[in-house]
Amino acid sequence: MATLSAGTTRPSLTRSLVGKKVVMAVTGGILFLFVVGHLLGNLKVFQGPEHFNAYAEGLRTVGAPFFGRGWVLWIVRSVLLASLFAHIWAAVGVTRASWRARPVAYHRLDPVETTYAARTMRWGGVIIFVYVVYHLLDLTFGRLNPSFVPGDVYHNLVASFQRWPVSVAYIAAVVVVGLHCYHGLWSALQTLGLNRPPTVAWRRRVAGGIAAAITAGYIAIPAAVLGGVLR
Amino acid sequence: MRVTLHVWRQAGPVALGKFVRYDVSDVSADMSFLEMLDVLNQQLIGRREEPIAFDHDCREGICGACGMVINGRPHGPQRATTTCQLHLRSFPDGAELWIEPWRARAFPVLKDLVVDRSAFDRVIQAGGFISVRTGSAPEANSVAVAKQDADLAMDAAACIGCGACVAACPNASALLFVAAKVSHLGLLPQGQPERASRVVNMVTQMDAEGFGACTNHGECMAACPKEISIDFIARLNRDYVKAAVRGKAHAAQGNGGAA
Ligand code: HEM
Ligand code: SF4
Ligand code: FES
Repeated sequence: MATLSAGTTRPSLTRSLVGKKVVMAVTGGILFLFVVGHLLGNLKVFQGPEHFNAYAEGLRTVGAPFFGRGWVLWIVRSVLLASLFAHIWAAVGVTRASWRARPVAYHRLDPVETTYAARTMRWGGVIIFVYVVYHLLDLTFGRLNPSFVPGDVYHNLVASFQRWPVSVAYIAAVVVVGLHCYHGLWSALQTLGLNRPPTVAWRRRVAGGIAAAITAGYIAIPAAVLGGVLR
Repeated sequence: MRVTLHVWRQAGPVALGKFVRYDVSDVSADMSFLEMLDVLNQQLIGRREEPIAFDHDCREGICGACGMVINGRPHGPQRATTTCQLHLRSFPDGAELWIEPWRARAFPVLKDLVVDRSAFDRVIQAGGFISVRTGSAPEANSVAVAKQDADLAMDAAACIGCGACVAACPNASALLFVAAKVSHLGLLPQGQPERASRVVNMVTQMDAEGFGACTNHGECMAACPKEISIDFIARLNRDYVKAAVRGKAHAAQGNGGAA
């Protein structure tokens, strides 16, 4: 049994569960912006090798001459990495609190309102994390790529996706990302208190539409490689 | 009609519990769920067995005392209905029903279907007082409240503190209850001076009681006999974030409805 906390307590975004969810929502929002930006960049692959490789090179020279080569890229990467770890740290915190909160399980508890996306956030997150590690080793560092040529990102991408199990795993992973973003977007609005009454009617559908568009966009690339459109 | 029950029997807080099967026949479809349990308890007493302990008081759906999980649904299958207002006609004849208590670390089982919900009382207590002048009744129109704010505050105040939201939540989170309590004062001018400290103190106490973290499943709203909306959870989050970002002392500004 808990005792009553004496006097006025201080709000904390890192210690309270409500605050940890805010950390998750903000970092999740940053990761979501990356997911969108990364997709828009990746779709340049359909413009052919020259454009796509020039885009990848552009990521390294953006900000010149004010910034040196790769500086901006590394700044963005650091923000993303910090966001990812803060997101996971908060996710572990709230998940453990919730697991502790029900020591004796129900014989039966029927879901009524929740969605598949909402129920798979935790293991979906773990899948995304594992996938991101593989994805970086494959296409960024080239360790797991069948014929890695530094600088020729178009070639690396096509070489990797021509192996159908890699494409299938990629498609599965982006479906998980789509589900995570569907519940995540809606949930983050709720967590940040941005769900005002006028948005109630359409917020779920908008989140679903955005998530579906992202998933479809990402799937298009391995599908095009397998279908021989990109070679 | 006839029903088969599997009821969670637990002799005391530290005893091990188990489901016990009871066949109840000759009950009327127009009986309430609790009346059916009364009939069963009379039979148990007649057989010199221990009757099933369950909480109840008003039996009118307004006090918040009753509550049990019936076939995986807190307060049973009917929307916006407490266990005491649920009738056997909601079930087919011969139904097989699993009946268990609210399950949450913060709501320890006292006996059978009775849980200790004093965690809720401590959260309310942590919310503290509001600064109003007591004494003679104030002039009714001296503090104007917009109609939509009054309505929304009433919607939040409809919460009877039954705990079904915690029971239904996959995370055993109490956020719907706390949000309702934070909002009904936060929406009114009288609740403004302590608006920020109230939300912070109640959230701190909620965590200390060992409730889980809301992940916006929405199960609470579906189980709530008063249909409290999860929009109030967004409102609580907003107030908490404001208090955290601005520092408590300044977050108390603004009139309830507009903010
Ligand atoms: C592509 C990368 C990711 C994006 C865009 C993303 C985005 C989000 C967003 C926007 C939320 C909602 C926050 C809220 O409810 O307020 C969220 C929640 C969550 N994320 Fe992520 N996330 C990503 C990766 C991960 C990873 C790698 C993990 C874990 C290893 C993870 C675990 C979770 C969990 C457990 C939740 C809470 C579930 C819930 O509220 O129902 N996420 N994510
Ligand atoms: S919010 Fe609804 S379910 Fe939760 S305690 Fe109040 S009345 Fe019961
Ligand atoms: S006994 Fe009062 S609400 Fe059910």
